[in-house]
Parts: sequence; C-alpha cells; structure tokens
Amino acid sequence: MLTKRIIPCLDVKDNRVVKGVNFLNLRDAGDPVELGKRYSDMGADELVFLDITATIRSRKTIVELVEKVAKNVFIPFTVGGGIQSVEQMDELLRSGAEKVSVNTAAVNNPEILREGARKFGNQCIVLAIDARRSKNTPGKWQVCIKAGSEPTDIDVVQWAVKAEHLGAGEILLTSMDADGTKTGYDNQLNKAVSSAVNIPVIASGGAGNCDHLYDAIVDGGAEAVLMASITHFGNYTINQMKEYLSAKGIPVNL
Amino acid sequence: MIVIIDYDVGNVKSVSNAFSHLGCENQLSSDPEVIREASGLVLPGVAAFGYAINALGGLSEVVKSVALAGKPLLGICVGYQMLFEKSFEYGEFDGLGLIKGQVIGLPADKTVPHMGWNLVKLPADMDLLKGLGSKKHFYFAHSFYADVKDPEAKVAYTEYGFDLPASVQKDNIYGCQFHPEKSGSAGLKVLQNFVEICKKENCDVD
Repeated sequence: MLTKRIIPCLDVKDNRVVKGVNFLNLRDAGDPVELGKRYSDMGADELVFLDITATIRSRKTIVELVEKVAKNVFIPFTVGGGIQSVEQMDELLRSGAEKVSVNTAAVNNPEILREGARKFGNQCIVLAIDARRSKNTPGKWQVCIKAGSEPTDIDVVQWAVKAEHLGAGEILLTSMDADGTKTGYDNQLNKAVSSAVNIPVIASGGAGNCDHLYDAIVDGGAEAVLMASITHFGNYTINQMKEYLSAKGIPVNL
Repeated sequence: MIVIIDYDVGNVKSVSNAFSHLGCENQLSSDPEVIREASGLVLPGVAAFGYAINALGGLSEVVKSVALAGKPLLGICVGYQMLFEKSFEYGEFDGLGLIKGQVIGLPADKTVPHMGWNLVKLPADMDLLKGLGSKKHFYFAHSFYADVKDPEAKVAYTEYGFDLPASVQKDNIYGCQFHPEKSGSAGLKVLQNFVEICKKENCDVD
C-alpha cells in the first residue's frame, strides 16, 4: 500500500534554513545541506527546499545548493521559489532535484504547467498554492502570490482543478493563516482541495503535534504532510511522527 | 565502467551521484563508442515518454544492439518504460521493444500520479532485488505504467489497487519503475546489486 509521506520543509534564505510565523519573523534553523541529510538519515520520505528570497542573485545559490544536496541525499526532494521558466525547471532537475514547484509564475502564466508536464512528465511539476481564508466569502480561500505578499481574486479550489488539467502532478497547499502557528493544519481547506482533484495534495502550514498530522491525512484527505517548525526546533523526530501515525492505522514507511 | 546514458533528461546526475556514493566508477555519456565499451548501461529518465524517446534519438539503436548482445542494461522510471514496445503518454510512441508490453495510463480511480513510497514484494529469483528481504518500500513517481506481457520476464509487483509492475528482469535487461537513486538505503542496495551483476557479467565474458 502506498504510504503517507512526512516531508520536512526547508525555507532557505542566504544559504541558511529559516522559519517564521505567518510568513514573518524568521528564525535561523541551520545549514540546508546538513539539515537535509539529517532528515534523510532520520527517515524523512521527501524534502522540500524553498528559496524564499527568490532573487536573481539567489538563483545561482539555489542551483549550487541543489547540487550539494543531491550528492548527499538519496531521497526525493522538491525545489521551489522564484522559478519563472521551463529552462529554470530544467536546470534544477538536472542538478538533482526530483521535482520543481511553481507558484507565482503559474498564476501569471498557467501554460508553464503544461509545458513543464510535456517535457518532464507531470510527476515533476508541483503547484504550490499559498491560500488565505477569504474575509468576504466564508468557506472560500484566495490564492496569494509573491511569497504571500500579494492576494489575488483567484479561488484556491478552482485554481487547483485548473492546474491539474494543465499538468500539475501534485499540489503543495499552504495555509497562510495557519503557517508557523503550530495550531493545526487548515483541514477545511485541505479537504476542499483534495476532494476536488485527483492528484496528491501535500498539507502545509500549522503542524504543531502528531495529532495534527493525523487530522490532515484523515480529515483533510492529504497524501502527505509538510512541516517545518516542529522538526527544525526538535519537538518531534521523524520516527516519532511515523510511529504515532502507524499506531493509529495510517500506512507509513517505517 | 558503468555508463549512464546522457540524453537530455532530468535525473542523470542523481543516478550518477548514487553510483559515486557507492564508490562505483561511472560516466555520463552519449557517445556510441563509450556506450559500446561499458561494463553495464543505465538508461535513466525523468521526462514524459515522447520527449524522452525523441531525445534518445539515434542512440536507441545503439542501446538496443548493446543490450541484445548481452550487456547488462538497467532502465529507471521512463528509461524502464522505454524498454517496452509502445507508450500512450501524450500520444503514441514506439519504445525499444526489448520487453513485450505497453505503457498505459494508471486507472483513474486512484490518485494519479502514483507518488510516494510503496511496498514492493521481492521475488527471491530477481538478481537486482537480492539481499533486501521479502519486501521493501521504494519511491515511485509516475502516471503511466508498463503492462508487462512478456512470458520471459520476471516481475516484482507493488499494490496500487491492482498488482502494479515495479521491477522487471529479462535475461540481462533490468528495469525499475521506482527510483532506486531516490529510495534511500534500499534503493542504493538495488544499484549495488546492478554493479555486482555488471562485474559478474564482464568476468564471464573475459
């Protein structure tokens, strides 16, 4: 049986892993290559590296980082942050990333999903969505771009469905409301998206304990759970999370 | 020397990194001479089938003739799918036809792509999967799969609503739908097994 995945997320800024709350107040969490290797050794199923500065200067740094990680880590990892073109996807995949994630570029030019899928297969193309609860319409979420700084009037569920048709192979769904709060994932959001699409949804934003992971899988319909704060700052080991889930009947790769 | 066929697809570097990590000499190449001289060949592939088979171009005949002459060949993911006769991913494309079967879409009643770690049952008589016990988790990421129709092929399966072929072996031709280069220590063991197969094969020839 296919197991549910535990995915530590490494937000990278100036070659360091950082973590904030609601996308703000960043704390240092270590060296990305070392941390990536440690998580891989600890039994993480996958890793996500996000270049949260995503400037022209940081592009070169992130390619070098991917090369270093790929020499040391033999589990899949996704790279995202500031990817603008199929050529940039190509460079990162060639450097050793298994998947690339796009967010702002796909909103501005949805065809990038189709082109990427045609070239690399849809399993390589992750659509990252930063979702914020709509203040005006309860039960709806709006897509935010540019690292969450710019809200759009695009509905999250509709965007996810469209992206699947275009060629996205997976959705990395971050709740901006829950991010870094450790109060649990937004499972209404996760459920709304996971029941509307047939591709895997990675729940992201809000993990604070093992129950939250369980809830995202069972209530939110997530195929994978992403976390940062609770692993970076030593609250739980990957193994503790997997053993907890396994004891509650969730299939995991232990 | 193991040669990883370098033909403009995604994961060639990852495969090379994994062999290097094992201390195995390896080379990325698209030179037919180098390919003919190899002790074993790896055909990697992170790409859509049509893109990959076109990118392989004239090398496909070289790979085919070398494999038919008995040199160990390991196909990974789309490289594995290309070992078969035909694929229907975004169109209809001919594969290398080394193993009988077609590459078709996964049934839509499950989440597609089949993405993540799935448990593979390991038959005792498949050299590539030796030393790993009776079952292990490996990392998969694909939307199409090979419907193996070759009576001469040994097949290891995983379960995804049906028995999904995860690895095949037909004489000197080996393939994995999963990514051994991304499947942690179990995956590295599979690559180590391939290294051993190549060593043995070349000693026998000498």
